[in-house]
Amino acid sequence: MNFPELMGLAFVGLFLGLMLGSAFYYRNRPAPFVRQIPAFGRVRRAIGLAVEAGSRLHLSLGRGNLISTRSAVAFVGLSILDRIARSAAASDRPPVATSGESTLAILSQDTLHDASKFMGADYDPLRGQLTGLTPFSYAAGAASLIHDEATGASLLLGSFGSEVALITEAGDRTESLTLAGTDNLTGQAVLYATAQEPLIGEETYAGGAYMGAGGMHQASLIAQDIFRWVIILALLVGAVLKLVGVL
Amino acid sequence: MKFPFSVAVAIGIGLITLAGYFLNIPVLQTLRMALIEWATTLAAVALLVGIANLFTIHWNKLTSGKVGGLYSAILIVSLVLTLGVVGWFGPTHTYSKWIFNNVQLPVEGSLLALLAVILVVAGVRLLRLRSSMLSIIFIITAMVILLATGPLFGISVPGLTELRSWIAQVPAMAGARGLLLGIGLGIVAAGLRVLIGSDRPYRG
Repeated sequence: MNFPELMGLAFVGLFLGLMLGSAFYYRNRPAPFVRQIPAFGRVRRAIGLAVEAGSRLHLSLGRGNLISTRSAVAFVGLSILDRIARSAAASDRPPVATSGESTLAILSQDTLHDASKFMGADYDPLRGQLTGLTPFSYAAGAASLIHDEATGASLLLGSFGSEVALITEAGDRTESLTLAGTDNLTGQAVLYATAQEPLIGEETYAGGAYMGAGGMHQASLIAQDIFRWVIILALLVGAVLKLVGVL
Repeated sequence: MKFPFSVAVAIGIGLITLAGYFLNIPVLQTLRMALIEWATTLAAVALLVGIANLFTIHWNKLTSGKVGGLYSAILIVSLVLTLGVVGWFGPTHTYSKWIFNNVQLPVEGSLLALLAVILVVAGVRLLRLRSSMLSIIFIITAMVILLATGPLFGISVPGLTELRSWIAQVPAMAGARGLLLGIGLGIVAAGLRVLIGSDRPYRG
């Protein structure tokens, strides 16, 4: 095993250890303070309002291929889909999920089915939809669903490129809340300009912790924050060492 | 907590794949490659399921007389025709290429043009909705990059090209790396949650 592989394995091992340690430490203690992300507070309110008003909630999972790193953000989206499906299961118009990748469409159907079964509600497999297989056909399909279903709120959590602007524009035209986060840098720039509640960088991956998806989400958020500070310190130390001519 | 068989299988396969990536053990690496090939094959099968899902949704929309039924009819006819032509003649035949070049490309090109308009409108709207310092910097940066990238009616503004490359190479690059580091940490966290069975996107 060479040095980079060893470092990679050590990093993953440390991260896992920190996650499990945090989960164990906080299992009987109050959850630690996490910085406020106002977007998630608004989404929780929007879910409540949508259930009361009988309007549809929409969650889009993007186009992340399941056998690539682009699927990780969609996994966060699926965790949140599970939460909102359980919260809004009793609604006249239960949530609908769209995606631009067939494996994600199947997983969204599975998540909605499981949530409906848990809540004892009816399940319709067509609530997990594949709206298109190319970036623009997917976005056009998701945008038309927002129009046709008059959704109360749209959550876009997945891998999106610039085509996501077509979906946020549809949300804007129907005057529904749009919260969006992606792992794609171009998509993030577009979302900053077009989404009502854009999530920047790792904020997207913190969604589960803020939406009450379980203790392990909180624990992984603690591990993320600790490692972020370690990386920041390493970068600063590296910059100083370079400046003084040691590196 | 229930620990179904599917979770055990997923964790086992995840651990083998991860170990095969880091450890230089031939058996693990062969297993990892085989598992990734299986996943690719399954993803291809899932594509067929996805197309069936797309067809069913639009068929239901068409037969139930919902809003946008006409668009659903166009989608179904296009889907059947394309499947027929490409299935019969093959994907590299002139007819298949004609469909791609004369239907798919113009439609996607039109959506791209629409996207340009949407982004300009969104830029203006951003200043109205979130008129913060960050939004102002965002808009000014976007304008500088656009002016320095596209032709400016033959006018050459001194220093604009240099300013553009400085923005792209220094602040934009630094910001992008910061975002990528955060995203990388998020990917590790999400992956590990799935690996230990805490997150189960597959329900089993």
